[in-house]
Amino acid sequence: MSQYTLNVNGQSRTVDVAPETPLLWVLRDHLDLVGTKFGCGIGMCGACTVHLNGTPARGCQTPISTVGTQRVTTIEGLSATATHPLQKAWMELDVPQCGYCQAGQIMTAAALLREKPKPTDTDIDNAMVGNLCRCATYTRIRAGIHRAAELGANGGAR
Amino acid sequence: MSTLNQKPDVRGQTSEAGAPAGGLDRRSFLKFSTLAGGGLLLGFYAKDAFAADAAVGQPTAATMGDFAPNAFIRIAPSGAVTIIAHKPEMGQGIRTALPMIVAEELDVDWAAVTIEAGMFDTPKYGSQSAGGSTATPQNYDPMRRMGATARAMLVEAAAQTWGVPVSECTTAAGSVLHAASGRKAGYGTLVAKAATLPVPAANTLVLKDPKDFKIVGQRISGYQNADVVTGKAIFGVDQKIPGMLYAVFEKCPVFGGKVVSANLDKIKTLAGVKQAFVIDGTANLTGLMPGVAILADSTWAAFSARKQLEVKWDEGPRATDSTAAFDKRAVEIGSKMEGGTTVRTVGDTAAALAGAAKVVEAAYSYPFISHTNLEPQNTTAYVQGDRVEVWSPTQNPQAGAGLITSALGIPAANIKLHITRSGGGFGRRLSGDYMVEAAAISQKAGVPVKLTWSREDDLQHDHFRPGGHHFIKGGLDASGKLIAWAHHNVTYGTMGAGRGGGAPTLSPGSGGGLDGNQFPANAVPNFQVMQTIMECSIPMGPWRAPGNCAFAFVTQGFVDELAVAAGKDPVQFRLDLLDAYPAPAAPAAAPAAGGRGGGGGGGGFNVARARGVLQLAAEKAGWGKKFPKGQGAGIAFHFSHMGYVAYVAEVTVSRTGVLKVDRVVAAADVGRQIVNLSGADNQIEGSIIDGLGTAMYQELVLDKGRMVKGNFAEYPMIRMPQAPAKIEIHYLKSDNNPTGLGEPAIPPIAPAIGNAIFAATGKRLRAFPWSKTDLSWT
Repeated sequence: MSQYTLNVNGQSRTVDVAPETPLLWVLRDHLDLVGTKFGCGIGMCGACTVHLNGTPARGCQTPISTVGTQRVTTIEGLSATATHPLQKAWMELDVPQCGYCQAGQIMTAAALLREKPKPTDTDIDNAMVGNLCRCATYTRIRAGIHRAAELGANGGAR
Repeated sequence: MSTLNQKPDVRGQTSEAGAPAGGLDRRSFLKFSTLAGGGLLLGFYAKDAFAADAAVGQPTAATMGDFAPNAFIRIAPSGAVTIIAHKPEMGQGIRTALPMIVAEELDVDWAAVTIEAGMFDTPKYGSQSAGGSTATPQNYDPMRRMGATARAMLVEAAAQTWGVPVSECTTAAGSVLHAASGRKAGYGTLVAKAATLPVPAANTLVLKDPKDFKIVGQRISGYQNADVVTGKAIFGVDQKIPGMLYAVFEKCPVFGGKVVSANLDKIKTLAGVKQAFVIDGTANLTGLMPGVAILADSTWAAFSARKQLEVKWDEGPRATDSTAAFDKRAVEIGSKMEGGTTVRTVGDTAAALAGAAKVVEAAYSYPFISHTNLEPQNTTAYVQGDRVEVWSPTQNPQAGAGLITSALGIPAANIKLHITRSGGGFGRRLSGDYMVEAAAISQKAGVPVKLTWSREDDLQHDHFRPGGHHFIKGGLDASGKLIAWAHHNVTYGTMGAGRGGGAPTLSPGSGGGLDGNQFPANAVPNFQVMQTIMECSIPMGPWRAPGNCAFAFVTQGFVDELAVAAGKDPVQFRLDLLDAYPAPAAPAAAPAAGGRGGGGGGGGFNVARARGVLQLAAEKAGWGKKFPKGQGAGIAFHFSHMGYVAYVAEVTVSRTGVLKVDRVVAAADVGRQIVNLSGADNQIEGSIIDGLGTAMYQELVLDKGRMVKGNFAEYPMIRMPQAPAKIEIHYLKSDNNPTGLGEPAIPPIAPAIGNAIFAATGKRLRAFPWSKTDLSWT
């Protein structure tokens, strides 16, 4: 066991865990941030997507010992007031079905919109291909990202 | 037409799943006690409520006098309205849809409603299972009456208070109005009075005219969406209770195998591990199977320790079973139109085939697949003596509770069960295996535990959708009319297994049954369907529209082949078959044992409704368009779970064989009223993509008695780039009671796309997964 002090959603959090423990389980079991989900454990479903210094990363494939001082952002920290354009668009278009994958979808999409504020369908497909949705809400996710791009362009909170 | 940019209502008020009434003063609520006012609870609710009285005893005077919440509605003096959602939410939107119905008849603003998930409580709510697309048809009228009853009492309270006739009072947006005097009273101000009034008889209730609906029929965003998009929605796997240990459970990879020994002494020395032990389990393939439990102080510690677990298994008699051997045997059996159990036979099929102008013959097949809920199976349980509290992502709490009683000896009345939000259901969570596992581990460990399955567990120990083979011969006369249909289905079954157990006879797995009455049965004068069951030990369970996905793929594909052979347009050929049905349509025969039947909850095949969706889909899609080579359109329809759905799919297949679904036009008839347009569209959109993904990619392979696909690397799922570019949805609002959409929208999509691929390439896809077929063309 080793101590790690993390920067999670702008807060300093210290945990005492084995060095190989994936960030996913540190968030969920030790920091009670359960919005980041476990789906496959091999980095192929994207349910555990978080941001490290703003870049999407798979929480299940990120040993805690490699996180260091990078800023960790989870779905709980994307927007304190649920006003990120993606969050607003998701509610407006009723994107979620079961909702289990949606935190990962939103975190991946948030990074896409930061890179490409006006993504094409192809941009979206390429960015989102790593995120599974078992309920198959893909058409609404696509529409939701386009809608969020509009909301962002119209001065929505980012 | 449905578009995705219409704005649904957005609301954010939610109540945590399973939470009690929070800080609200129970005495301040309007009371419609289910026990005191049985008249409020109609039909099956009342029956269950009275049955439960005997079991749990009559309510005491204290509880009778208390403002205990009623089954479905609470109104506080502040006017705050809470509606209880009693059915499990797994993405099908039922915790939004049913409260919408209550709120409509109660006549309150949707934005003012807080929805609270109901605990498992059969006496209070009746069945809390969500399966078979039954929640809407079984609850539509009762939920209307729940709302109307409360509204009637509030109106009565206002009328008495004001000394005016009830007939002069109206309601709107949570208030009673008296137009003549200009008086208005919010519901909250009337609760004290209303609570003293008798519950009106059901036959005195006046329901709204649907043309006055303000909530039902609108596009309403899911009730917990604000929590979902902020990571606050709590699923089963997110539960945490004080003192809880994190458990994993390893079962024999060969179904039915038992534990001989395990290196438990070593496991107990590993970091974070607190306990490790064997659970003997039972012989029920879909119940508590034997295995080894490891309990640790974190999920990761338990997962890590498990990598060092070594178990010696008694694999039992099925350790040599394989898909390859089953497939070989199926072809040997099914290629002969004899030897099977007759499901249905009409006329003289052999003679008709012998005399046919043209005979078409084909073999269709599909593999075992998994439900693959993205939230792996899990349950949190705390057994204390002969009591247990359970938090579980279940779509069928009764199943888990039943297993806990039968396998662990905990009385039904001592099971307290929180029905958490589920990360997908698809039928998997109708089974209670993971619930009884968690309870068994807690019982033995003496501490609260959260059991979490790995993805590998999930693919290895699903209650799988059975694979199957269909061998069909169709005979056409000289005019192209279908005169004979001979069909041998080879499926899988187990001895006395299945949900709830059963007599020790060989019966098909759930979804392996065959309904001999499905289209085009009654349109063909010589019709013979037989079935052979191959015995296995694979646990099988209902998978979204059990059996119907396979059956629609086979029949709607083969009907397409017949249309081509007859030189007829695929739509016209189907319409001709529907016209050949006797009028009125013959009543549905009882489905074969284990079969879901076409009705899936009642109701026979209605030719007019089938014709209606077929024609609507064709019309809206502009059926008959000419496409260049490599592009094409296909059509299919199917009836299941009381719903009729037809699709036209338009596809492009590149010369190198890459499939792109360009457009899907849906026509659905689920009765006269869509409850939530957004939710209904969601079910159809999801079904289209799920159905495509299943047909294209999914396949489990059995070898040496075990499923060999480990994780998503070996078991690919459909992803965003493969989703259709455009989906258009049309509802045919026939004058029938509203029915569900969780299932009937999935069966016809695979054949519609498959038929489109044939139109585009000339390649007929007769076996799932299609990804194994080269679609390239020149």
